[in-house]
Amino acid sequence: MQQRNEPARAGYSPPRRSLYARVLDLALRPEASVVVVALVLVVYFEASTSNFLTDANLQTLSQFVAAPVILACGEIMLLICREIDLSVGQVFALAPFVMEKAYNIGIPVIGAMGVALIVCALIGLVIGLITIRLSVPSFITTLGMFFLITGITLTISRGFPADTPGGAGLTAVLGGWGYAEFLWSLVIVAIMHVVLRHTRWGLHTIATGGGAIAAAEAGININRIKIGNFMLTSTLGGFCGILEAFRIGSTDPLAGGSNIMFLGVASGVIGGTAIAGGAGTIIGGLVGGIVLGILQDGFTLLGINAFMFDIIIGAAILLAMVANIQLARWRGMRVE
Amino acid sequence: MTGMHGTEALRAEGIIKRFGSVEALSGVGMHVAAGEMLGILGDNGAGKSTLLKILTGYHQPDQGTITVGGQPQILSSVDRARALGIECVYQDLALINALSIYHNMFLNRELLKPGPFRLLDHRAMRTRAADALADIGVNIPNVDLEVGRLSGGQRQAIAVARAVQSDAKILLLDEPLAAMGAREAGLIIDLIERLKARGTIAIVMIAHNYAQTLEVCDRVMLMQHGTVTYESRAAETSPAELLEIVRREYREMRGGNGR
Repeated sequence: MQQRNEPARAGYSPPRRSLYARVLDLALRPEASVVVVALVLVVYFEASTSNFLTDANLQTLSQFVAAPVILACGEIMLLICREIDLSVGQVFALAPFVMEKAYNIGIPVIGAMGVALIVCALIGLVIGLITIRLSVPSFITTLGMFFLITGITLTISRGFPADTPGGAGLTAVLGGWGYAEFLWSLVIVAIMHVVLRHTRWGLHTIATGGGAIAAAEAGININRIKIGNFMLTSTLGGFCGILEAFRIGSTDPLAGGSNIMFLGVASGVIGGTAIAGGAGTIIGGLVGGIVLGILQDGFTLLGINAFMFDIIIGAAILLAMVANIQLARWRGMRVE
Repeated sequence: MTGMHGTEALRAEGIIKRFGSVEALSGVGMHVAAGEMLGILGDNGAGKSTLLKILTGYHQPDQGTITVGGQPQILSSVDRARALGIECVYQDLALINALSIYHNMFLNRELLKPGPFRLLDHRAMRTRAADALADIGVNIPNVDLEVGRLSGGQRQAIAVARAVQSDAKILLLDEPLAAMGAREAGLIIDLIERLKARGTIAIVMIAHNYAQTLEVCDRVMLMQHGTVTYESRAAETSPAELLEIVRREYREMRGGNGR
């Protein structure tokens, strides 16, 4: 925002790749402006409520942030390769029930969790196969899966909540402790950041979204990349639902849903991921999720009602998109 | 047949390829030797690109044989063809605009750090990419630049450099000079001639422009509706002669249709 116009330096022409150019590059990255927004919001809410930066509130905030960030990690990979998963919030709700069913037939908790995650990965595989092999746009495939999985969850739970299995130690690690879910989200962010920036998988995901034909001509199996990212997204969604079940101690068949899925997508988009594919960062998704969490938490502290909150989130997403497109334009103007 | 050139690098015989009921290639043959440059001319729909995609392993022929370096081979995939030293620069260049030059140059054959995590070795790729560009005389200041920021000629040069950096034995070029200004085309022709002068690479170029092709190639063949209708050493034919063959064919076609 403030880095846009530098009138005082108009006559200064820096040598190529000078410190100034590097700082400007960094400042023009989409995530950078979002970090600034996050800091401004923290200052504002701390000043106007004076109990924003307390341990109790930071715990609440971390719980707002964790799930959208974990879901964003998957959605960002999908958005980068030009796909989307609208059903990840439904997988989020289904996974803890699958875990509970598996536990009830005598599988130990960890094993039951594994079973649930495998089921989630298979759901991702089905989404991927329908989308790729039958050429159904993923928007439609996952819209169908959205209702389908909701129905499955309601059927196997008979519409009733279930207690989360597991002993105290495991529960604390997986979500019982106040910051547990947030720490998990940071671990997942760290891993997915490395996957996106420092592995062939990540590079090929960007290539698939940036130019599918070119990627295929280079020998990249773009179908494999897309299907893999669908499986990854569903698995992360299921894992997130399980963490949430451990945090709360029981599972609600109506947990997750479209709200948490859209918060995940919004986190990615606010953090600079392009819906058109080919660009995006996991760190941006983390920062975007934190901004959404700060807004949600801050407005709750201020006592602003939920209707108002949605108006503000909507405006924030639009603003972030406009800002990112503008930033991309300014970056483009600085061609060497 | 190969005359002053080296050993035969690539030969295709009796290649037939159908897409549904359309026969795109009806028994096409070609051959090229190390250090030789073959130009394939023809109008849109003549089957040039289909032949090229068969030679790169992108399509598989319905019939016909291919030998690489004298050995019969089945080019079952792009990776297989690449493993045999066949590299292609497509007309769309197969570059990803959103990725840096060095990422593009190592796309799908990335250098990895040692260790169990198979992480990308960005530093090694940067260095090797810069070296490979310098090696073929392409002047690019910074391999971190996104490819989308480069000019058409620069992008073409990056694509060629990528193709030859891994000891390619056969280089296939799909319309490398199309939609390019005289100066940029000159740069690319210089680059191709430097590669040819090494004597180790066989080059096959698909093109539209007769004069340009005769100038840079040793031998040319003319393709029309899925077959090879004429073949000659470049020095022994002229644009006018090639044009006359195409015209004659065209007249016969119209005559055959009773018009």
